[in-house]
Amino acid sequence: MSKIIKYVFYDIIRNKIVLAYTLFLLLLSIGLFNLGGSPDKAVLSLLNLVLLTVPLISIVFATTHFYNSYEFIELLVAQPINRKKIFMSEYLGVAGSLSGAFIVGVGVPVLLFGASLTGFYLLLTGVFITFIFVALAFLASVITRDKAKGIGIALLLWFYFALIYDGIVLFILYAFADYPLENATLAMTAMNPVDLGRIIVLLNLDVSALMGYTGALYKSILGSLWGIGLAFGLLLLWILVPILSSRSIFSKRDL
Amino acid sequence: MKDLNKLYFTLCTLAVLSLKVNVTFGDTLKVCKTCDYTSVKQAVKQAKPGETVLIESGVYQEYGIEINKPLTVLGRNNPVIDGNYKGQIFTVTASNVTIEGLTIKNIATSYRHDDAAIRVVEQSNVRILNNTILNTFFGIYLQYSDNCVVKGNVVTGKDVTGLNESSLGNAIHLWYCDNAVISNNKVKGHRDGIYLEFVKDSEVKNNLSQHNLRYGLHFMFSDRNVYTHNIFRENGAGVAVMYTRDIRMEHNTFENNWGAAAYGLLLKDISNSVIYNNRFSRNTTAIYMESSSRLDIQRNNFDRNGWAVRLLSSCTDDVFKFNNFTGNSFDVSTNSDSQLNHFENNYWDKYSGYDLNKDQVGDVPYRPVSLYSMLVERVPPSVMFMRSFMVDMLDNIEKVLPSFIPENLVDEKPLMSKIDHDNDRKLAQVLR
Repeated sequence: MSKIIKYVFYDIIRNKIVLAYTLFLLLLSIGLFNLGGSPDKAVLSLLNLVLLTVPLISIVFATTHFYNSYEFIELLVAQPINRKKIFMSEYLGVAGSLSGAFIVGVGVPVLLFGASLTGFYLLLTGVFITFIFVALAFLASVITRDKAKGIGIALLLWFYFALIYDGIVLFILYAFADYPLENATLAMTAMNPVDLGRIIVLLNLDVSALMGYTGALYKSILGSLWGIGLAFGLLLLWILVPILSSRSIFSKRDL
Repeated sequence: MKDLNKLYFTLCTLAVLSLKVNVTFGDTLKVCKTCDYTSVKQAVKQAKPGETVLIESGVYQEYGIEINKPLTVLGRNNPVIDGNYKGQIFTVTASNVTIEGLTIKNIATSYRHDDAAIRVVEQSNVRILNNTILNTFFGIYLQYSDNCVVKGNVVTGKDVTGLNESSLGNAIHLWYCDNAVISNNKVKGHRDGIYLEFVKDSEVKNNLSQHNLRYGLHFMFSDRNVYTHNIFRENGAGVAVMYTRDIRMEHNTFENNWGAAAYGLLLKDISNSVIYNNRFSRNTTAIYMESSSRLDIQRNNFDRNGWAVRLLSSCTDDVFKFNNFTGNSFDVSTNSDSQLNHFENNYWDKYSGYDLNKDQVGDVPYRPVSLYSMLVERVPPSVMFMRSFMVDMLDNIEKVLPSFIPENLVDEKPLMSKIDHDNDRKLAQVLR
């Protein structure tokens, strides 16, 4: 298994997209830290980057990579290797290299300019988001054999989680404003990994505002160590569910 | 009739003279373990008007000391008067009393008596100076007493977390007292740090009020007061001022007042007042304004608050000028479309306009109320979507085409750079 991961890893590094991605993140992060006044502000801008760009690049790159290495996968399947193993090493190779790029690209500047608990949460969230969206990309890829369709599904997923979902929830909240919505909101945010990641960072960043009103409730639920653990646990669930379901689809499917 | 007047006059003069004589020739009664007097109560009882009771260091287990003549009660080398939770310690029922340099401690919570370490009842010219008051129900309690001075006292209660409001008293409590001076006190661990009700023409300065369960400063019906250079920190609900007019609040610091109902400064029914050069930092809501009109709010710094200003529609003719708004989650929020207040020449860190003619004033108006802040006002749970991309997008669309946000709540001349209030006088003058 580690042999396959290694192969996938080298393959990705050789095609230079990941290197470009690393460089892009690195430049952007350093720029943000040097441009903005306070490190807090830079972390905030980085948060937007992590929540929009990272999912997009992860999901598109992983989908295209999966389709491009179809022949290699077919070759491996012909060997006496467990299909699940092939799939998982393919996944870990892609997700590992992308999160490696993220850690180098964002982690190093954060460590240099704004090392704080918030920065650490930001990094951890970014890594989780990468793993989640690569898993979603693999799910999209195993659902259909058609490359264009697969990328279409992947993009739709990104669009849904990064943009549409918040719109829908805000609309629901607005429409049902007369009802107590505190717990419902909490449940709804858990249904979207991007929101979960955002809230984990937010709870450290906008403390003042979140201590008011209902924010205090969330702060008490999610702000404690236990709550942060719960949030990351939910993120872990968001990795496991798509990757396990796509693995089982992959292992049963006629290639 | 004329004779009667004359008689009165003579009597009064005599009274004043006799008082003066007493003060000048006042004797000193020493209290210590080996002195003639071994208890404060005894000495106070024996002292003649105008004399000084000097308490040497030691611990005195006493309570219920009534000072019913003009005396100076002076502590030397930090004597301690321990009330042992039995009742009020000093009750002042005479004018011209000075209590200085004592440590007074241990008074039980008493719901019927409101026991205090020092209570002044219907007198004037009482001076309470440099005392340390520990672990009491009420600290210093003045009722119907004018021209009093409360200065340099340290009033420390207990850890208030989890306690009930009614089980705590106030550190410094004034009720119907005019011309009071409250300065350089450090109060903490009570219900309200400084509580003023019907206190007029008074001065509150250089005090530090922190870790109180309810308000750091609380005043009602207290007109024409001046509050300067005070620090209000980490109080349960910040500072609340109500039903008052003609006040001046300058150079105060409001910080770290966090909580579901915590405010840096809560203004309710305040009018004709000025709020200058204050610093609001990391409060849930820096200023909350309700039914407040004709306020002049200038040269304040709002930094990293949840809401910098929450301006309810019942406020009119308030002016916000030369304030810095930096790092706040929401700059201004309001609950209605109509706006009768005026924003001008403030610095907003979220402002993204330009300044083509380089006069330091942005060429595009800034609207400090965002669509999202209005949504949060209406649907509080949506606060969890702060900084979501969708929210940013909605806000930006709304900025280009305002349709929901109040059209008149706008800073027509936002400043391009942060104002350094100490050094930018020239700029402010030019703009004025």
